[in-house]
Amino acid sequence: MCLGIPGQVVETVDAENYLAKVDVSGVRRTISVRLLADTGLKDGDWVLVHVGFAMAKIDEDEAAMTLSQLQKMGTEYTDELAQFRSTSL
Amino acid sequence: MKFVDEFRDPAAARALVRKITDLATEDEYKFMEVCGGHTHTIYRHGLEHVLPDNIELVHGPGCPVCVIPMGRIDDAIWLAEQDGVIFTTFGDMMRVPGSSGSLLDAKARGADCRFVYSPLDALKIALENPDKHVVFFAVGFETTAPSTAVTLVRAKQLGVTNFTVFANHVTIVPPIKAILESPDLRLSGFLGPGHVSTVVGTRPYRFVNDVYGKPLVVAGFEPLDILQSVHMLLKQLAEGRCEIENQYSRVVRPDGNPQALALLAETMELRPHFEWRGLGFISQSALKVHRNYADWDAEERFSMPGIRVADPKACQCGEVLKGVIKPWECKVFGTACTPETPIGTCMVSPEGACAAYYNFGRLHRDTAVMVGQRTAL
Repeated sequence: MCLGIPGQVVETVDAENYLAKVDVSGVRRTISVRLLADTGLKDGDWVLVHVGFAMAKIDEDEAAMTLSQLQKMGTEYTDELAQFRSTSL
Repeated sequence: MKFVDEFRDPAAARALVRKITDLATEDEYKFMEVCGGHTHTIYRHGLEHVLPDNIELVHGPGCPVCVIPMGRIDDAIWLAEQDGVIFTTFGDMMRVPGSSGSLLDAKARGADCRFVYSPLDALKIALENPDKHVVFFAVGFETTAPSTAVTLVRAKQLGVTNFTVFANHVTIVPPIKAILESPDLRLSGFLGPGHVSTVVGTRPYRFVNDVYGKPLVVAGFEPLDILQSVHMLLKQLAEGRCEIENQYSRVVRPDGNPQALALLAETMELRPHFEWRGLGFISQSALKVHRNYADWDAEERFSMPGIRVADPKACQCGEVLKGVIKPWECKVFGTACTPETPIGTCMVSPEGACAAYYNFGRLHRDTAVMVGQRTAL
């Protein structure tokens, strides 16, 4: 449950309620960016996503590295991605 | 992606292992990795077999699913079985055994238990089911607690009256202290947790070197991150230094995430004490819903039994969590206790030491390919 998966912010959905759409390996979902409220987050930025929240801003290289590591984990990553996909806010 | 290649470079790994071997001149080093994510990486890549024999990696209590005591699971099942309750939690928690089965068993008996990806999903279920009461069973270290915090703020903002949180969030510093106080174990240093530190930063660990004279290096999750962190620990010991260092500085800031910390302070408060599986009661080691948010606190709303339940006799999760024994040294490991039919919590979560070893410990192909045989170095 402690997986942090990298996603790229593609769209601000609701600025007032800190909701943004992120893309994780081609799967898109709305998540909360409340925890990065003071970081000047913008579309195109990469973030570490944990239980539907952006936890930290990361650079693109870090994102690519973590993603390839996670993809090697196999079922846990696909399970996490399935959960990420299965629900919406 | 040049950077990726750098972190996977077999030559770099080989060079690191050589440097580690040169620096490790003492008879024995024991480094505890506090975080379950690290345990997973270590077994996944067979790192313990790449390191010289005098370096032992000891698994710590950093899997939040693993440290929840049986009594809390029984309380969760009791809540799930109340009339009109929709009980929600993360997938891993559904399979953790209480004294009479798991939440999945309760679901089979007819309780409305649902797993959710995010606490905000649980709040959404509450908004969609105004005639039901939705409880979110919250677990996790400081990595996960801020998400519960935001959800509480949102519930208050929206004036939702049919949603409460059964908070079981734990904090990382007290168990590290408990382990340092324990006479069972003589550690040489710590690999500090990566994701917890994105929230709390590196400052809370200062007591590890100030008070207990042990080095700690906050580590990332790539195999080379772990090797580099072990090297940093050895270098400190060789040079007679004892500091808190940050190997994972590309993600972790010294101050952590101030927004997350402020939200935690607003919505949660420290419990006087909390029971940890294997470690017993530790004072000020867990968070409850803040009194200003009492309307959204399941412990205020319901009179839960709150009975303390001893762990099953056969199960040695406690010793595994303290790093006193290795997973395979437990009497029921891989026989009565497997990921399909877990007896103890360490076999449930993929970050649990037992599940990680069961799934990967015997397969070291990745590392063998990556760094070659140790004898060839």
